[in-house]
Amino acid sequence: MWQLIQIELFKISKRPRTYISFVAITALIAAVQIGLKVDGASYVDFMMSTTSSIEVNGNVLNGYLICYIILQMLLVNIPLLITLIAADMISGEANMGTLRLLLTKPYARWEIVLAKFVAATFYTLALLVWLAILALFVSMWVFGTDDLFLFKSSYIVLIEKNDVFWRYCGAFAFAAVAMTTVAALGFLTSVFSDNSIGPIVTTMSIIVFLTILSTMNIPLYATIQPYLFVTHMNSWKEFFDQQVNENNEAIVGSIQNPGRIINSLWILGLHIVGFVGAAMYFFHKKDINS
Amino acid sequence: MMIRFIAIVCLLGIGELHAQDMTALVKKVKAKLDVVNDYTAEGVMKTDIVFIKAPISKIKVFYKKPNSFKLVKDGGISLLPKGGISVNMSTIIAADDYVALAAGDAVFEGTKVKLVKVIPTDENSNIVLTTLYIDEENLLIRKAVSTTKENGTYDMQLYFGKYAQLGLPDKVIFSFNTKDYKLPKGITLEFQDTKQQSDLDKLKNKKGKVEISYKNYVVNKGIDAAIFKN
Repeated sequence: MWQLIQIELFKISKRPRTYISFVAITALIAAVQIGLKVDGASYVDFMMSTTSSIEVNGNVLNGYLICYIILQMLLVNIPLLITLIAADMISGEANMGTLRLLLTKPYARWEIVLAKFVAATFYTLALLVWLAILALFVSMWVFGTDDLFLFKSSYIVLIEKNDVFWRYCGAFAFAAVAMTTVAALGFLTSVFSDNSIGPIVTTMSIIVFLTILSTMNIPLYATIQPYLFVTHMNSWKEFFDQQVNENNEAIVGSIQNPGRIINSLWILGLHIVGFVGAAMYFFHKKDINS
Repeated sequence: MMIRFIAIVCLLGIGELHAQDMTALVKKVKAKLDVVNDYTAEGVMKTDIVFIKAPISKIKVFYKKPNSFKLVKDGGISLLPKGGISVNMSTIIAADDYVALAAGDAVFEGTKVKLVKVIPTDENSNIVLTTLYIDEENLLIRKAVSTTKENGTYDMQLYFGKYAQLGLPDKVIFSFNTKDYKLPKGITLEFQDTKQQSDLDKLKNKKGKVEISYKNYVVNKGIDAAIFKN
Protein backbone atom coordinates (compact mmCIF):
# COMPACT_ATOMS: atom_id res chain seq x y z
CA MET A 1 0.00 0.00 0.00
CA TRP A 2 2.77 2.40 1.01
CA GLN A 3 4.55 1.58 -2.25
CA LEU A 4 1.40 2.52 -4.18
CA ILE A 5 1.17 5.83 -2.29
CA GLN A 6 4.84 6.56 -3.05
CA ILE A 7 4.23 5.89 -6.74
CA GLU A 8 1.23 8.22 -6.76
CA LEU A 9 3.18 10.91 -4.94
CA PHE A 10 5.96 10.55 -7.50
CA LYS A 11 3.43 11.00 -10.31
CA ILE A 12 2.01 14.11 -8.67
CA SER A 13 5.48 15.56 -8.23
CA LYS A 14 6.23 15.07 -11.92
CA ARG A 15 3.19 16.99 -13.14
CA PRO A 16 3.86 20.66 -13.91
CA ARG A 17 0.34 21.61 -12.82
CA THR A 18 1.22 20.53 -9.26
CA TYR A 19 3.41 23.57 -8.92
CA ILE A 20 0.89 26.02 -10.37
CA SER A 21 -0.93 26.06 -7.03
CA PHE A 22 2.26 26.72 -5.05
CA VAL A 23 3.28 29.53 -7.41
CA ALA A 24 -0.23 31.03 -7.33
CA ILE A 25 -0.35 30.98 -3.51
CA THR A 26 3.14 32.46 -3.25
CA ALA A 27 2.26 35.27 -5.67
CA LEU A 28 -1.05 36.05 -3.96
CA ILE A 29 0.40 36.10 -0.46
CA ALA A 30 3.38 38.19 -1.57
CA ALA A 31 0.99 40.67 -3.23
CA VAL A 32 -1.08 40.98 -0.03
CA GLN A 33 1.98 41.30 2.20
CA ILE A 34 3.68 43.90 0.01
CA GLY A 35 0.43 45.85 -0.33
CA LEU A 36 -0.18 45.91 3.42
CA LYS A 37 3.46 46.66 4.18
CA VAL A 38 3.41 49.66 1.86
CA ASP A 39 -0.11 50.95 2.45
CA GLY A 40 -1.45 49.02 5.43
CA ALA A 41 -2.03 52.17 7.46
CA SER A 42 -4.92 53.27 5.24
CA TYR A 43 -6.47 49.79 5.54
CA VAL A 44 -6.27 50.00 9.33
CA ASP A 45 -7.62 53.57 9.30
CA PHE A 46 -10.64 52.40 7.32
CA MET A 47 -11.31 49.60 9.78
CA MET A 48 -10.76 51.90 12.77
CA SER A 49 -13.27 54.41 11.41
CA THR A 50 -15.96 51.90 12.40
CA THR A 51 -14.88 52.06 16.04
CA SER A 52 -15.58 55.78 16.23
CA SER A 53 -15.84 55.98 20.02
CA ILE A 54 -12.74 53.89 20.75
CA GLU A 55 -9.07 54.71 20.34
CA VAL A 56 -6.91 51.71 19.57
CA ASN A 57 -3.21 51.87 20.40
CA GLY A 58 -0.64 49.28 19.45
CA ASN A 59 0.59 47.31 16.47
CA VAL A 60 -2.80 46.33 15.01
CA LEU A 61 -1.38 45.43 11.61
CA ASN A 62 0.85 42.65 12.93
CA GLY A 63 1.68 39.23 11.50
CA TYR A 64 -1.29 37.54 13.15
CA LEU A 65 -3.81 39.93 11.58
CA ILE A 66 -2.09 39.68 8.19
CA CYS A 67 -2.37 35.89 8.34
CA TYR A 68 -6.06 36.13 9.21
CA ILE A 69 -6.68 38.50 6.28
CA ILE A 70 -4.83 36.14 3.93
CA LEU A 71 -6.71 33.09 5.17
CA GLN A 72 -10.04 34.87 4.74
CA MET A 73 -9.18 35.58 1.13
CA LEU A 74 -7.39 32.37 0.22
CA LEU A 75 -9.31 29.61 1.94
CA VAL A 76 -12.24 30.49 -0.32
CA ASN A 77 -10.09 30.03 -3.44
CA ILE A 78 -7.75 27.22 -2.48
CA PRO A 79 -10.38 24.56 -3.25
CA LEU A 80 -10.02 25.51 -6.89
CA LEU A 81 -6.27 24.86 -6.72
CA ILE A 82 -6.74 21.53 -4.96
CA THR A 83 -9.25 20.47 -7.60
CA LEU A 84 -6.56 20.85 -10.29
CA ILE A 85 -4.78 17.81 -8.88
CA ALA A 86 -7.48 15.82 -7.08
CA ALA A 87 -9.89 15.79 -10.03
CA ASP A 88 -7.12 14.57 -12.28
CA MET A 89 -6.07 11.58 -10.20
CA ILE A 90 -8.09 8.92 -12.04
CA SER A 91 -9.35 10.79 -15.10
CA GLY A 92 -5.75 11.74 -15.90
CA GLU A 93 -4.79 8.04 -16.02
CA ALA A 94 -7.80 7.31 -18.23
CA ASN A 95 -6.92 10.23 -20.48
CA MET A 96 -3.33 9.02 -20.94
CA GLY A 97 -4.44 5.42 -21.41
CA THR A 98 -2.49 4.16 -18.40
CA LEU A 99 -5.50 3.19 -16.32
CA ARG A 100 -5.77 -0.31 -17.78
CA LEU A 101 -2.03 -0.81 -17.25
CA LEU A 102 -2.33 0.39 -13.68
CA LEU A 103 -5.03 -2.14 -12.94
CA THR A 104 -2.90 -5.03 -14.16
CA LYS A 105 -0.81 -4.62 -11.02
CA PRO A 106 -1.43 -7.10 -8.23
CA TYR A 107 -3.50 -4.71 -6.15
CA ALA A 108 -7.23 -4.57 -5.53
CA ARG A 109 -9.05 -1.66 -7.12
CA TRP A 110 -9.96 -0.24 -3.72
CA GLU A 111 -6.27 -0.21 -2.78
CA ILE A 112 -5.41 1.76 -5.88
CA VAL A 113 -8.24 4.22 -5.25
CA LEU A 114 -7.24 4.61 -1.61
CA ALA A 115 -3.57 5.13 -2.50
CA LYS A 116 -4.51 7.81 -5.02
CA PHE A 117 -6.75 9.54 -2.50
CA VAL A 118 -4.05 9.44 0.19
CA ALA A 119 -1.59 10.92 -2.31
CA ALA A 120 -4.09 13.69 -3.18
CA THR A 121 -4.49 14.33 0.55
CA PHE A 122 -0.69 14.60 0.94
CA TYR A 123 -0.70 17.18 -1.84
CA THR A 124 -3.52 19.10 -0.09
CA LEU A 125 -1.63 19.07 3.20
CA ALA A 126 1.59 20.19 1.49
CA LEU A 127 -0.30 23.12 -0.01
CA LEU A 128 -1.65 24.08 3.42
CA VAL A 129 1.78 23.77 5.04
CA TRP A 130 3.17 26.05 2.34
CA LEU A 131 0.27 28.44 3.00
CA ALA A 132 1.03 28.37 6.74
CA ILE A 133 4.72 29.05 6.17
CA LEU A 134 4.03 32.05 3.94
CA ALA A 135 0.87 33.46 5.53
CA LEU A 136 1.74 32.92 9.17
CA PHE A 137 5.47 32.58 9.68
CA VAL A 138 6.62 35.02 7.00
CA SER A 139 3.98 37.54 8.15
CA MET A 140 5.14 37.13 11.76
CA TRP A 141 8.70 37.73 10.59
CA VAL A 142 7.89 40.76 8.40
CA PHE A 143 5.17 42.44 10.51
CA GLY A 144 6.03 41.21 14.00
CA THR A 145 3.56 39.80 16.51
CA ASP A 146 1.10 41.46 18.83
CA ASP A 147 -2.45 40.97 20.07
CA LEU A 148 -4.92 39.94 17.39
CA PHE A 149 -7.52 42.64 16.84
CA LEU A 150 -10.25 41.15 14.69
CA PHE A 151 -13.13 42.87 13.01
CA LYS A 152 -16.26 40.74 12.86
CA SER A 153 -19.39 42.07 11.19
CA SER A 154 -21.12 43.07 14.42
CA TYR A 155 -18.39 43.03 17.07
CA ILE A 156 -14.64 43.15 17.63
CA VAL A 157 -12.49 40.47 19.22
CA LEU A 158 -9.18 41.24 20.92
CA ILE A 159 -7.10 38.11 21.51
CA GLU A 160 -3.92 38.31 23.56
CA LYS A 161 -0.66 37.63 21.74
CA ASN A 162 0.12 34.55 23.81
CA ASP A 163 -3.33 33.15 23.08
CA VAL A 164 -3.16 33.34 19.29
CA PHE A 165 -0.68 30.77 17.96
CA TRP A 166 -2.55 27.67 19.13
CA ARG A 167 -5.66 29.05 17.46
CA TYR A 168 -3.81 29.16 14.15
CA CYS A 169 -2.65 25.57 14.70
CA GLY A 170 -6.29 24.61 15.23
CA ALA A 171 -7.45 26.67 12.26
CA PHE A 172 -4.92 25.09 9.89
CA ALA A 173 -5.76 21.61 11.18
CA PHE A 174 -9.43 22.34 10.57
CA ALA A 175 -8.64 23.77 7.12
CA ALA A 176 -6.80 20.52 6.34
CA VAL A 177 -10.01 18.55 6.96
CA ALA A 178 -12.06 21.06 4.94
CA MET A 179 -9.66 20.97 2.00
CA THR A 180 -9.48 17.17 2.15
CA THR A 181 -13.24 17.19 1.66
CA VAL A 182 -12.74 19.22 -1.51
CA ALA A 183 -10.03 16.79 -2.62
CA ALA A 184 -12.43 13.89 -1.97
CA LEU A 185 -15.13 15.53 -4.09
CA GLY A 186 -12.66 16.17 -6.92
CA PHE A 187 -11.49 12.62 -6.58
CA LEU A 188 -15.04 11.29 -6.89
CA THR A 189 -15.77 13.30 -10.04
CA SER A 190 -12.54 12.09 -11.62
CA VAL A 191 -13.87 8.49 -11.51
CA PHE A 192 -16.61 9.32 -14.02
CA SER A 193 -14.53 10.89 -16.75
CA ASP A 194 -11.84 9.94 -19.21
CA ASN A 195 -10.39 13.42 -19.46
CA SER A 196 -9.14 15.88 -16.82
CA ILE A 197 -11.01 19.02 -17.78
CA GLY A 198 -14.49 17.61 -17.13
CA PRO A 199 -13.97 16.61 -13.47
CA ILE A 200 -12.04 19.81 -12.69
CA VAL A 201 -14.78 22.04 -14.09
CA THR A 202 -17.51 19.89 -12.53
CA THR A 203 -15.92 20.04 -9.07
CA MET A 204 -15.39 23.79 -9.31
CA SER A 205 -18.99 24.25 -10.45
CA ILE A 206 -20.34 22.17 -7.57
CA ILE A 207 -18.31 24.17 -5.03
CA VAL A 208 -19.35 27.53 -6.51
CA PHE A 209 -23.00 26.45 -6.70
CA LEU A 210 -23.09 25.12 -3.14
CA THR A 211 -21.19 28.16 -1.80
CA ILE A 212 -23.80 30.48 -3.28
CA LEU A 213 -26.56 28.26 -1.92
CA SER A 214 -25.01 28.26 1.53
CA THR A 215 -24.89 32.05 1.73
CA MET A 216 -28.44 32.74 0.50
CA ASN A 217 -30.81 33.83 3.26
CA ILE A 218 -33.83 32.05 1.81
CA PRO A 219 -35.84 29.77 4.16
CA LEU A 220 -36.08 27.02 1.52
CA TYR A 221 -32.28 26.70 1.41
CA ALA A 222 -31.82 27.36 5.12
CA THR A 223 -33.03 23.84 5.86
CA ILE A 224 -30.35 22.19 3.74
CA GLN A 225 -27.50 24.60 4.49
CA PRO A 226 -26.44 22.82 7.72
CA TYR A 227 -25.78 19.65 5.68
CA LEU A 228 -23.73 21.23 2.89
CA PHE A 229 -19.99 20.77 3.35
CA VAL A 230 -19.25 24.26 2.01
CA THR A 231 -21.30 25.74 4.89
CA HIS A 232 -18.80 24.22 7.31
CA MET A 233 -15.59 25.05 5.47
CA ASN A 234 -15.46 28.50 7.12
CA SER A 235 -15.76 27.15 10.64
CA TRP A 236 -11.99 27.61 11.10
CA LYS A 237 -12.95 31.16 12.10
CA GLU A 238 -14.57 29.80 15.25
CA PHE A 239 -11.05 29.39 16.66
CA PHE A 240 -10.80 33.20 16.64
CA ASP A 241 -13.82 34.01 18.77
CA GLN A 242 -13.71 34.01 22.55
CA GLN A 243 -16.26 33.52 25.28
CA VAL A 244 -16.90 36.36 27.72
CA ASN A 245 -17.85 36.17 31.37
CA GLU A 246 -20.72 38.05 33.04
CA ASN A 247 -18.56 41.21 33.17
CA ASN A 248 -17.98 41.09 29.40
CA GLU A 249 -14.33 40.13 29.94
CA ALA A 250 -12.96 37.77 27.31
CA ILE A 251 -11.85 34.44 28.75
CA VAL A 252 -8.28 33.70 27.65
CA GLY A 253 -7.92 30.32 25.98
CA SER A 254 -11.63 29.92 25.31
CA ILE A 255 -13.54 29.37 22.07
CA GLN A 256 -17.00 30.86 21.67
CA ASN A 257 -18.59 27.85 19.94
CA PRO A 258 -16.41 24.73 20.24
CA GLY A 259 -19.51 22.65 19.50
CA ARG A 260 -19.79 24.28 16.09
CA ILE A 261 -16.23 23.22 15.24
CA ILE A 262 -16.91 19.64 16.30
CA ASN A 263 -20.18 19.58 14.37
CA SER A 264 -18.43 20.92 11.27
CA LEU A 265 -15.68 18.31 11.60
CA TRP A 266 -18.33 15.59 11.75
CA ILE A 267 -20.13 16.89 8.67
CA LEU A 268 -16.86 17.27 6.72
CA GLY A 269 -15.64 13.86 7.88
CA LEU A 270 -18.88 12.20 6.77
CA HIS A 271 -18.55 13.90 3.39
CA ILE A 272 -14.98 12.62 3.02
CA VAL A 273 -16.04 9.07 3.85
CA GLY A 274 -19.06 9.38 1.56
CA PHE A 275 -17.11 10.81 -1.39
CA VAL A 276 -14.21 8.35 -1.12
CA GLY A 277 -16.57 5.43 -0.50
CA ALA A 278 -18.59 6.41 -3.57
CA ALA A 279 -15.37 6.80 -5.58
CA MET A 280 -14.33 3.26 -4.57
CA TYR A 281 -17.75 1.87 -5.43
CA PHE A 282 -17.96 3.51 -8.84
CA PHE A 283 -14.32 2.77 -9.67
CA HIS A 284 -14.96 -0.88 -8.81
CA LYS A 285 -17.87 -0.83 -11.32
CA LYS A 286 -15.91 1.17 -13.89
CA ASP A 287 -15.56 -0.43 -17.32
CA ILE A 288 -11.91 -0.12 -18.31
CA ASN A 289 -12.11 -2.37 -21.34
CA SER A 290 -14.01 0.02 -23.61
CA MET B 1 -37.14 100.56 43.51
CA MET B 2 -33.90 101.33 45.29
CA ILE B 3 -34.39 98.36 47.62
CA ARG B 4 -34.98 96.03 44.68
CA PHE B 5 -31.80 97.31 43.01
CA ILE B 6 -29.77 96.77 46.17
CA ALA B 7 -31.21 93.26 46.53
CA ILE B 8 -30.22 92.33 42.94
CA VAL B 9 -26.71 93.71 43.45
CA CYS B 10 -26.40 91.74 46.69
CA LEU B 11 -27.60 88.55 45.04
CA LEU B 12 -25.19 88.97 42.16
CA GLY B 13 -22.47 89.74 44.64
CA ILE B 14 -23.22 86.61 46.63
CA GLY B 15 -23.28 84.59 43.42
CA GLU B 16 -19.89 86.00 42.47
CA LEU B 17 -18.56 85.31 45.94
CA HIS B 18 -19.88 81.74 45.73
CA ALA B 19 -18.23 81.22 42.33
CA GLN B 20 -14.97 82.51 43.73
CA ASP B 21 -15.28 80.12 46.62
CA MET B 22 -15.48 77.20 44.20
CA THR B 23 -12.50 78.44 42.23
CA ALA B 24 -10.62 78.52 45.50
CA LEU B 25 -11.71 74.96 46.26
CA VAL B 26 -10.64 73.74 42.81
CA LYS B 27 -7.33 75.54 43.27
CA LYS B 28 -6.86 73.80 46.62
CA VAL B 29 -7.48 70.45 44.97
CA LYS B 30 -5.12 71.41 42.17
CA ALA B 31 -2.49 72.47 44.70
CA LYS B 32 -2.73 69.03 46.27
CA LEU B 33 -2.34 67.37 42.89
CA ASP B 34 0.53 69.71 42.03
CA VAL B 35 2.71 68.00 44.59
CA VAL B 36 2.99 65.23 42.03
CA ASN B 37 5.27 66.29 39.20
CA ASP B 38 5.30 62.91 37.53
CA TYR B 39 4.44 59.33 38.18
CA THR B 40 4.42 55.89 36.69
CA ALA B 41 2.06 53.19 37.82
CA GLU B 42 1.28 49.64 36.94
CA GLY B 43 -2.28 48.52 36.75
CA VAL B 44 -4.93 46.23 35.40
CA MET B 45 -7.43 47.38 32.81
CA LYS B 46 -10.88 45.90 32.24
CA THR B 47 -12.66 46.91 29.07
CA ASP B 48 -16.42 46.53 29.10
CA ILE B 49 -17.64 47.71 25.73
CA VAL B 50 -20.63 45.81 24.43
CA PHE B 51 -19.25 45.22 20.92
CA ILE B 52 -15.72 44.38 22.03
CA LYS B 53 -14.54 41.08 23.46
CA ALA B 54 -11.29 41.90 25.21
CA PRO B 55 -9.48 40.19 28.08
CA ILE B 56 -8.26 41.89 31.25
CA SER B 57 -4.84 43.33 30.53
CA LYS B 58 -1.86 44.59 32.45
CA ILE B 59 -1.04 48.21 31.71
CA LYS B 60 1.45 50.88 32.62
CA VAL B 61 0.64 54.57 32.87
CA PHE B 62 2.95 57.56 32.68
CA TYR B 63 2.12 61.09 33.77
CA LYS B 64 4.16 64.26 33.69
CA LYS B 65 3.08 67.78 34.55
CA PRO B 66 1.27 69.69 33.22
CA ASN B 67 -0.81 67.38 31.04
CA SER B 68 1.23 64.57 29.53
CA PHE B 69 -0.43 61.22 30.06
CA LYS B 70 0.17 57.91 28.38
CA LEU B 71 -1.30 54.49 28.93
CA VAL B 72 0.42 51.51 27.36
CA LYS B 73 -0.60 47.91 27.51
CA ASP B 74 2.09 45.53 28.61
CA GLY B 75 3.13 44.42 25.12
CA GLY B 76 -0.19 44.60 23.35
CA ILE B 77 -3.09 46.56 21.94
CA SER B 78 -5.00 48.88 24.28
CA LEU B 79 -8.48 50.31 23.88
CA LEU B 80 -9.47 53.67 25.33
CA PRO B 81 -12.35 56.06 24.76
CA LYS B 82 -11.54 58.37 21.89
CA GLY B 83 -11.25 62.11 22.29
CA GLY B 84 -7.89 62.75 23.86
CA ILE B 85 -9.28 62.60 27.37
CA SER B 86 -6.80 60.93 29.58
CA VAL B 87 -7.87 58.88 32.53
CA ASN B 88 -6.31 61.39 34.87
CA MET B 89 -7.74 64.21 36.98
CA SER B 90 -4.63 66.35 36.90
CA THR B 91 -4.96 66.98 33.20
CA ILE B 92 -8.59 68.10 33.50
CA ILE B 93 -7.82 70.90 35.93
CA ALA B 94 -4.26 71.44 34.76
CA ALA B 95 -5.00 74.76 33.12
CA ASP B 96 -5.95 77.95 34.94
CA ASP B 97 -8.34 79.26 32.30
CA TYR B 98 -11.65 78.06 33.70
CA VAL B 99 -14.60 79.32 35.70
CA ALA B 100 -15.74 77.20 38.64
CA LEU B 101 -19.34 77.58 39.78
CA ALA B 102 -21.06 76.01 42.72
CA ALA B 103 -23.81 73.55 41.88
CA GLY B 104 -24.83 72.40 45.35
CA ASP B 105 -24.02 69.52 47.64
CA ALA B 106 -24.49 65.80 47.14
CA VAL B 107 -23.54 62.45 48.60
CA PHE B 108 -21.39 60.21 46.40
CA GLU B 109 -21.11 56.65 47.66
CA GLY B 110 -21.47 57.67 51.28
CA THR B 111 -19.17 60.70 51.09
CA LYS B 112 -20.46 64.27 51.23
CA VAL B 113 -19.27 66.13 48.16
CA LYS B 114 -19.49 69.61 46.67
CA LEU B 115 -20.71 69.81 43.10
CA VAL B 116 -18.65 72.23 41.05
CA LYS B 117 -19.27 73.14 37.43
CA VAL B 118 -15.97 73.87 35.70
CA ILE B 119 -16.31 75.82 32.45
CA PRO B 120 -13.15 76.33 30.38
CA THR B 121 -12.75 79.89 29.15
CA ASP B 122 -10.57 78.81 26.23
CA GLU B 123 -12.88 78.65 23.19
CA ASN B 124 -10.71 75.97 21.61
CA SER B 125 -11.02 73.60 24.54
CA ASN B 126 -12.56 70.28 23.56
CA ILE B 127 -14.23 70.10 26.97
CA VAL B 128 -17.37 72.21 27.18
CA LEU B 129 -18.25 71.55 30.79
CA THR B 130 -16.99 69.41 33.64
CA THR B 131 -18.94 68.68 36.78
CA LEU B 132 -16.66 67.78 39.67
CA TYR B 133 -17.80 65.95 42.80
CA ILE B 134 -15.25 67.23 45.30
CA ASP B 135 -14.72 65.70 48.72
CA GLU B 136 -14.00 69.01 50.45
CA GLU B 137 -12.67 67.43 53.63
CA ASN B 138 -9.96 65.37 51.91
CA LEU B 139 -9.60 67.61 48.83
CA LEU B 140 -10.24 64.72 46.51
CA ILE B 141 -12.24 64.57 43.30
CA ARG B 142 -14.53 61.56 43.66
CA LYS B 143 -16.30 61.89 40.35
CA ALA B 144 -16.11 64.00 37.21
CA VAL B 145 -18.57 64.26 34.35
CA SER B 146 -17.17 65.95 31.25
CA THR B 147 -19.12 67.02 28.19
CA THR B 148 -17.00 67.42 25.08
CA LYS B 149 -17.58 69.07 21.73
CA GLU B 150 -16.93 66.00 19.63
CA ASN B 151 -17.01 62.91 21.78
CA GLY B 152 -20.10 63.12 23.94
CA THR B 153 -20.18 62.88 27.70
CA TYR B 154 -17.65 61.02 29.83
CA ASP B 155 -18.13 59.94 33.39
CA MET B 156 -15.13 59.24 35.59
CA GLN B 157 -15.40 57.76 39.09
CA LEU B 158 -12.32 57.68 41.28
CA TYR B 159 -11.70 55.47 44.29
CA PHE B 160 -8.87 56.28 46.67
CA GLY B 161 -6.72 54.21 48.98
CA LYS B 162 -3.16 54.51 50.23
CA TYR B 163 -2.17 57.20 47.73
CA ALA B 164 -5.10 59.49 48.68
CA GLN B 165 -2.75 62.01 50.30
CA LEU B 166 -1.27 62.62 46.84
CA GLY B 167 -4.64 62.66 45.13
CA LEU B 168 -3.80 59.52 43.17
CA PRO B 169 -6.64 57.01 42.80
CA ASP B 170 -6.42 53.26 43.35
CA LYS B 171 -9.20 52.70 40.86
CA VAL B 172 -10.77 54.72 38.07
CA ILE B 173 -13.99 53.76 36.29
CA PHE B 174 -14.44 55.57 33.03
CA SER B 175 -17.88 55.44 31.37
CA PHE B 176 -18.78 56.81 27.95
CA ASN B 177 -21.34 56.45 25.20
CA THR B 178 -20.44 54.00 22.48
CA LYS B 179 -21.62 54.46 18.96
CA ASP B 180 -23.01 51.72 16.77
CA TYR B 181 -20.48 49.34 15.27
CA LYS B 182 -21.18 47.58 12.03
CA LEU B 183 -18.93 46.33 9.26
CA PRO B 184 -20.25 45.10 5.91
CA LYS B 185 -20.15 41.30 5.69
CA GLY B 186 -18.39 41.66 2.34
CA ILE B 187 -15.38 43.05 4.18
CA THR B 188 -15.33 40.63 7.08
CA LEU B 189 -16.50 37.63 4.98
CA GLU B 190 -18.67 36.68 7.99
CA PHE B 191 -21.54 35.42 5.90
CA GLN B 192 -22.73 33.02 8.56
CA ASP B 193 -23.23 35.53 11.32
CA THR B 194 -25.66 33.87 13.66
CA LYS B 195 -26.41 36.88 15.82
CA GLN B 196 -30.11 37.64 16.03
CA GLN B 197 -31.51 41.11 15.34
CA SER B 198 -32.38 41.50 19.05
CA ASP B 199 -28.71 40.87 19.91
CA LEU B 200 -27.62 43.42 17.34
CA ASP B 201 -30.04 46.01 18.77
CA LYS B 202 -28.43 45.51 22.17
CA LEU B 203 -25.14 46.61 20.69
CA LYS B 204 -26.46 50.07 19.89
CA ASN B 205 -26.34 53.12 22.15
CA LYS B 206 -24.86 51.35 25.14
CA LYS B 207 -22.49 52.73 27.75
CA GLY B 208 -18.91 51.61 27.45
CA LYS B 209 -16.81 51.21 30.55
CA VAL B 210 -13.08 51.07 31.15
CA GLU B 211 -11.93 50.20 34.66
CA ILE B 212 -8.32 50.68 35.69
CA SER B 213 -6.98 49.45 39.02
CA TYR B 214 -3.62 51.01 39.87
CA LYS B 215 -0.82 49.70 42.02
CA ASN B 216 2.84 50.45 42.54
CA TYR B 217 2.84 54.20 41.99
CA VAL B 218 6.34 55.62 41.56
CA VAL B 219 6.02 59.35 42.22
CA ASN B 220 8.37 62.23 41.40
CA LYS B 221 11.25 60.09 40.19
CA GLY B 222 11.44 61.82 36.78
CA ILE B 223 10.18 60.54 33.44
CA ASP B 224 11.79 60.89 30.03
CA ALA B 225 9.59 63.12 27.84
CA ALA B 226 10.26 60.80 24.90
CA ILE B 227 7.83 58.30 26.41
CA PHE B 228 4.92 60.58 25.56
CA LYS B 229 5.85 60.81 21.89
CA ASN B 230 4.14 58.32 19.62
